[in-house]
Amino acid sequence: MAVSSKNRMGGDWWAAVMPLLATAVAFALALLVGAFVLLALGADPIQAYAALLDGAFGTSTNLLRVFTRSTPLLLVAIGVCIAFRGGVINIGAEGQLFVGAVTATAFSLAFANSLPPFTVGFLTLLVGTLAGAAWGAVPGFLKARFDVNEILSTVMMNEIAIQLLLFLLSGPMIDPAQVAQGTRVPQSARLPEVAWLLELDSRSALHIGVLIAIAMAVVAWIVLWHTTIGYRIRAVGQNKDAARYAGISVRRYITLAMTLSGALAGLAGAVHVQGAEHRMVEGFAVGYGFSGIVVALFGRLHPLGAIPAAFLFGVLLVGADKMQRTVQVPTATVIVLQGLVVIFVVSSDYFVRRWLARRAARAIQAPAAAPVVKQEAGV
Amino acid sequence: MNDILAIFIEAAALTLLYSTPYLYAAIGELFVQRSGVLNLGVEGMMLMGAFTAIYAISPDGLGFHPLVGVLFAAAVGALMGLAAAVVNVTFQAEQGISGIGFSLFGLGLSSLLFKVLAGGVIVARGFDPIFIPVLSDIPIVGRILFQQNVMVYAAFALVPISVWVLNRTRWGLQIRAVGQNPAAADTMGVNVVRVRYMTLILGGALAGIAGAALSTALTGIFQENMTEGKGFIAVALVYFGGWSPWRVMGGALLFSVANNLQIWAQIYDLRIAGTPIPPNLLIMVPYILTIAVLIFARQRRRLEPAALTKPFQRGEN
Repeated sequence: MAVSSKNRMGGDWWAAVMPLLATAVAFALALLVGAFVLLALGADPIQAYAALLDGAFGTSTNLLRVFTRSTPLLLVAIGVCIAFRGGVINIGAEGQLFVGAVTATAFSLAFANSLPPFTVGFLTLLVGTLAGAAWGAVPGFLKARFDVNEILSTVMMNEIAIQLLLFLLSGPMIDPAQVAQGTRVPQSARLPEVAWLLELDSRSALHIGVLIAIAMAVVAWIVLWHTTIGYRIRAVGQNKDAARYAGISVRRYITLAMTLSGALAGLAGAVHVQGAEHRMVEGFAVGYGFSGIVVALFGRLHPLGAIPAAFLFGVLLVGADKMQRTVQVPTATVIVLQGLVVIFVVSSDYFVRRWLARRAARAIQAPAAAPVVKQEAGV
Repeated sequence: MNDILAIFIEAAALTLLYSTPYLYAAIGELFVQRSGVLNLGVEGMMLMGAFTAIYAISPDGLGFHPLVGVLFAAAVGALMGLAAAVVNVTFQAEQGISGIGFSLFGLGLSSLLFKVLAGGVIVARGFDPIFIPVLSDIPIVGRILFQQNVMVYAAFALVPISVWVLNRTRWGLQIRAVGQNPAAADTMGVNVVRVRYMTLILGGALAGIAGAALSTALTGIFQENMTEGKGFIAVALVYFGGWSPWRVMGGALLFSVANNLQIWAQIYDLRIAGTPIPPNLLIMVPYILTIAVLIFARQRRRLEPAALTKPFQRGEN
């Protein structure tokens, strides 16, 4: 008996490592295909990737900049994880982030003077979070109530948010200074300083948001795996019918998962505008919502896994700027790489599943086979 | 009075023209979904098709005949469809996510090629209108229906053809069988994997053509992310059309109208209470409409393929 239990433990260790291994291989393959794309464009891939690494790790400021860029990615990714665990695919982080950021901006510009200074930063974050939550709640409710495909509705909500943002920045929320100069560049006024997040390093614009994001990852992990609400969200995500028989309101938890997901994307927007940008401009945080999805997937849909994944994609984003300058390759390369990472990671699941199935089949076979399994596990 | 009639005729003719990208992409997606696969990579395939076509025909690019450009776009789309088939059918990936991957890939690669090959600016003269003899002389109707370019005629011809293929041919029967009950189709000797590969390649090719229509027949230019979600709208149109090509066509026309609101508002200087309507608010209309349409589409699920988004593994279903 002792032997078989040792086998099972060894097997479980492999079951935990295999998905990580598959993800790493998928990432390597994405970089390899990316290298061929670079070659086809006439750029030296080794030089390009070296420039990318140098851009991210070359100086301590660059490295800190990676943390600044990773912060909104991590927050978005945590939200995407929660939605995924609840069985909903949130492609709408991009729009939820915009709405959170623009609402936070409007709030702090309107109310900063009439509130106690030490509360402004926190209240602005809260308002941004709630706005993102509301933007996420809509597709969540539509899926729960009308069975509207959430992938399509969130994509549409993104487009609506983009237009809303452009409308606000070029009209009602335009920077008075731009109007006075007659240039009318679509951007908001600068946020009042009381709404800024505590800065940790001025050259890389690193701010306290990075700690908020890591704390949120831990909170999300605790909520999902150690509270009743989290248990129910995951139950609905794994098997709606079983959850329904267990007396869980599937509709309510689908809406909730999407709302929480939107809340985190909204928080990401608020954190980014209050911590790094200090004003809304056209093209603010473009692509962060989609990158956050890739990060979530790469972190294997676990809030804690999202932490290293967000760092890795922060490296890609910061490094891409340097790569563009050094080998004259457009930053769109990073979007290509992200697409490839998604494709390879979702494909790699197939091999993990097949490996797990084979192992399960072996385990079912006669107990006499146990020593053989042990030998194989040892190899 | 004549002015209003003239405006209406122009608007109707433009509606047909602008519905073509939706139509090609949605009909392609319809084949894919009827075989039980959800291809969410349409957006990326359209973008790749859009750039390929205009680069192939532009004098600054390869300088081919416009039809060759469309053929290139179809080939690139088909290639991406094949890749999507490997990922979704063979590797049985989660179709919602893999599609986002292909859309990101297409967005990135088309932007990249646009910058590297075309230097960020490319224009081309696309298709001239073809006046159908006799028919184009009919008042009003002639201008609306029979003075369009070849991409428009082909798009609308595609609708009855796809109805015929789906309902009257052996291949159409196989597609429907594979989408409804792949295990049963497999037992009857239908190669489920092969049918799904073929629909995905066809869907990719049509998405590529949809992109080509957008860049060469509608605008004559390429811009980064010029599809602006049209690929995703095309996927939504398949739901809206209840998996029937005729109703998908109706949806494409509806979206074309919504899409053009903002153009007409500018051309004809539409105002509400004396102030021009902000264009951004009008651009939102098709996206809001999509969501509304998806809410009502759930009543039309008679033709919904039962195996949609479910990967097939012999012996497991």
